[in-house]
Amino acid sequence: MSNKTAILRSGATLAVIAGVCTALVATTWHLTADRIAANDKALLEQSLQPALANTFYDGSVSESRLVLEPPHGLPGSDAAIIYRVYSGEQPVAALFVVTARDGFAGPIRILLGVDIDGVVTGVRILQHRETPGFGDKIDARKSNWVEQFASRSLQDPPVARWKIHGDGGEFDQLTGASVTPRAVIKAIRDTLVYFEAHREDIFAAPASKDEP
Amino acid sequence: MTQRRLRERLLAGIWYDNPGLVQLLGLCPLLAVTTTLVNGLGLGIATLLVLTLSNGLVSASRRWIRDEIRIPIYVLIIASLVTCVELIFKAWFPGLDRSLGIFIPLIVTNCAIVARAEVFAARNSVPASIIDGLSMGAGFALLLMVIGAFREFAGQASILTGFDLLTGNDAFTGLSFADHGLLLLILPPGAFFSLALAVAAKNAYDRNRRRARNTGTTRSLRRSG
Repeated sequence: MSNKTAILRSGATLAVIAGVCTALVATTWHLTADRIAANDKALLEQSLQPALANTFYDGSVSESRLVLEPPHGLPGSDAAIIYRVYSGEQPVAALFVVTARDGFAGPIRILLGVDIDGVVTGVRILQHRETPGFGDKIDARKSNWVEQFASRSLQDPPVARWKIHGDGGEFDQLTGASVTPRAVIKAIRDTLVYFEAHREDIFAAPASKDEP
Repeated sequence: MTQRRLRERLLAGIWYDNPGLVQLLGLCPLLAVTTTLVNGLGLGIATLLVLTLSNGLVSASRRWIRDEIRIPIYVLIIASLVTCVELIFKAWFPGLDRSLGIFIPLIVTNCAIVARAEVFAARNSVPASIIDGLSMGAGFALLLMVIGAFREFAGQASILTGFDLLTGNDAFTGLSFADHGLLLLILPPGAFFSLALAVAAKNAYDRNRRRARNTGTTRSLRRSG
């Protein structure tokens, strides 16, 4: 067999196998796409829910998503996400997804729910790489540390006392970890300050169209 | 294939030629995800699936594959299978998929899979290759589970945490025995220590058995002589 036919044969074999593989992946995708989309949406709604304790609202919060590219004035140097929460036509709360950049090990992604009066409805840590056994107690699955922020606001305690006890503030620290709680508390405080200043703009803005 | 050879094949993957313990292949996922038993089981099953299917497909197409292009074809087959497995995980085990994260797509780079395609599937019949894939995959999955269980128990003092990720309901979410374990074992160095312990334990067991068998044969030789 000449060199040229050898190359052609190899090319043809590769093409056929690539075609078969593509068909395989396309079929699997076709069979799973709807389920995956439903899972993603359910997961998002479900993950937002703990930050909206004791709030009455209409479902499908995920459709009111507002994505703010930096610089946006909220904590973090990556995009911040705001979900507007309504009961009927009435805005009742806002959910913020912001990043605390001064944690112990990389960025901490925080979900914060604030009702229309600026009172915290709930806090959840979405993503972090804090030390297991110490800083990771900010995770609601590991301890109830984040619960202390519920129903607090910028008046309770005043802005200057949004700190851990060790720094002269109102909030519990974690044994063996003070950098982590400090970063989380600061991000929550800054988000509350932002909400107070931009409340009207947030609910007036049209929803972002693009997919996450 | 005779029963004896089937037995040999199965034992090779699980013990004598275990991809993780003996060939020391696929260590990156092995070390990274074995923080809990459930994680180990999840990645183990995914790898087992990919390895079995890729062995089958490589073996089935071995007559048409020219030597010069065999590696790109193996990679193509393996990458497609991994994508399918990932989609299936995302659709039916979304929690487990999130917990394993990037390590499901990274199965493509698990050299244990290319190694089996090259060493075994390219030279053997389809049934033999599928059995080889099952056996090697099972060996890898069992090792992931043993190391995962050990690190979880010693490092977090719990077992089977995240079991709900497999079943999808909250009926059983694992047992916890204490607040703290030995933190080191959960951190990356713990993975290396655990694997080293597993390899050492296997070698010690094998050596003991060999020694026992040798003294046995000498004795019987002496008796007959």
